[in-house]
Amino acid sequence: MRPIDANYNSMATTNDLSSEMEVDAFRRLFPLRFHERHLLESIRPDGRPLGRARDTTVMLGAVASANGSALAKIGSTAMLAAIKLEVMTPTMEAPDEGCIAIDFHMPPICSPLIRPGRPAEVAPVISKQLSDTILRQAITRNYLVDDSASFSLNVHCLCIGIQEKKTKITKRMFLTSSSFSSHLYKVAIISEIPHLSSGMIDMKELSLVSGKAAWMAYLDIYCLDADGALFDAALLSAVGALSHLRIPVVSLNDDGRIVLLSDDNAVAMKENEPVNKEKRKLNLNRVPYSLTCILHKNYILADPTSEEESIMETFLTVVLDSSFQLVSLNKPGGPGLAHTSAIQDCIILTRQRVGELQKILNEAISDMEID
Amino acid sequence: MDIERVGGRGANQLRPIDCSRNVLNRAHGSATCSHGETRVLAAVYGPKAGTKKNENPEKACFEVVWKPKTGQIGEIASSWLIFNETWTYDRKTRKGVRDDPEENIAKYLPFDCSSEHYDINYNPGDVVEWIQLSMMMVPYPFPVILPVMEEVLFCEIIHAISSSILLLSNLLPCAIHAACAALVDAGIPLKYSAVAISCCLAESGHVILDPSKLEEQKMKGFVCLAFPTSVNSILPESGESMEQGIITSLTHGVMTVEDYFQCLEQGRAAIKPLSNILKKKLQSQSPSNVSMAT
Repeated sequence: MRPIDANYNSMATTNDLSSEMEVDAFRRLFPLRFHERHLLESIRPDGRPLGRARDTTVMLGAVASANGSALAKIGSTAMLAAIKLEVMTPTMEAPDEGCIAIDFHMPPICSPLIRPGRPAEVAPVISKQLSDTILRQAITRNYLVDDSASFSLNVHCLCIGIQEKKTKITKRMFLTSSSFSSHLYKVAIISEIPHLSSGMIDMKELSLVSGKAAWMAYLDIYCLDADGALFDAALLSAVGALSHLRIPVVSLNDDGRIVLLSDDNAVAMKENEPVNKEKRKLNLNRVPYSLTCILHKNYILADPTSEEESIMETFLTVVLDSSFQLVSLNKPGGPGLAHTSAIQDCIILTRQRVGELQKILNEAISDMEID
Repeated sequence: MDIERVGGRGANQLRPIDCSRNVLNRAHGSATCSHGETRVLAAVYGPKAGTKKNENPEKACFEVVWKPKTGQIGEIASSWLIFNETWTYDRKTRKGVRDDPEENIAKYLPFDCSSEHYDINYNPGDVVEWIQLSMMMVPYPFPVILPVMEEVLFCEIIHAISSSILLLSNLLPCAIHAACAALVDAGIPLKYSAVAISCCLAESGHVILDPSKLEEQKMKGFVCLAFPTSVNSILPESGESMEQGIITSLTHGVMTVEDYFQCLEQGRAAIKPLSNILKKKLQSQSPSNVSMAT
């Protein structure tokens, strides 16, 4: 149970039912009125002003077995992100690029609304939003596969599992290209269109040996506690994990295989030239930060809790990068309409939030480097 | 300032739009909409008794299923696979359990769905040939009072559509128009209808409206917007302010905030003629009625 702020008592004495009723009963029976009474006083039930986000923390290196990890908390919403690296063969059309696969999980422990065995409806949506935000070049590749399908029914079968198995599909497309050459020739041309937006990560940094080996990074984000603003927390934890990521030292052995160079076999491998000399970080350019706001009548509530989300159902998520460019402005419908002035206000709030989050993340990184 | 576009279109010129209602016989409401080569079919089933979890007894509940012509069915769709495997989807829902005390709901249905006189005059195989994408919506109103339903209805659908087809953003406007027309065809009361438009931002900072798929790939940014249509024809006193609001906004790619607002302005300017065209198309005679009359 949340503590009820002192302000409430003075409000409760004003008029109608609320003076005759227990605060908790009023909150449960008339949730909307309960919140609107607070909004009139420019305060929220947890004592925050409307435009302020909850306390936010980022802890890097939460999972020792992962190559990079972070635990992000916004209020009581908690997200754990971890990255595992594997060596893979790069795709034909991008021989010197690695790959990142992003997945978002909502296990039943995170919320009473999620039942075991049934996947949460929001999970794939957040997962898609995260991949769009973190790797924007994935969009062009998806269209590539999509286009091939509309050219010919023969390529039909290749269209299954677009999201997860991007690399495999492209490989199979090239294997079959001899048989439907004319259609696939078009596809090949499309794939040569350069990626227009570089995204936050340069995929070339994940390459090991051009055309032979590259890193495949599996970025998994687990929602431990879902108390509103899930996308914001998930993105923050993903960014934290990526900035904590250390790419391990590997070397080519005599068979042409990539071998991890751990302390034990370092002596034995001494004669082999390591592919990369030391553990290195990824360079993150233009880190994205997001803020979700609720639009309710003329009020804008930043960083909603799950209780607020369930009562007022119009959301607007703004993602800005560190140079204040707009990465995404997502309003997925809802009963309310967003007017231009409200959008502008949300962008201003997000700009403030970007500053806060940058500071929090930089502190977390410098804390880790001292350790 | 003019940009060369495929097909000789101007930057603010839309592709030809076509929209027709009542294209499927056994659905409660259906419509197909095309923007140039992009084509979407929508079908509405219900109202019927709800069985799903997390339902709010004061609101209508919608299940939206998005089915691409090829490939995976939208994530939200998993439990409705049965409808999508073949085109004989009406087998289970036709009797639509309407043990609903509200007579009103039945009044809105275009025909009695318990009668047995359906004739299929389309071949399921044909349908799949020409459909670019198809979508089905299954509304589940509870025994509710209709005004409550009107409030909620459309925005909920847009929400579900836009979240299930984040991937295919160039289709979103077409899908929204088809869904809207199908709901009108099913006689489900709407608070307002929606008009959607997509804009692309070129490297040079120009905005082009209604991009085709190929054009979209060459652009640095993409914005898709849905606005409510004017209800002026019915309620002349309602102001302009509603049209200014946005139901849905989706973006791809990095752009400046000013670029976004530029897209917003240009999109908003194109909405009015677009909504007039769609209204006109919806008022015209539906194709199957024509065939019955001749």
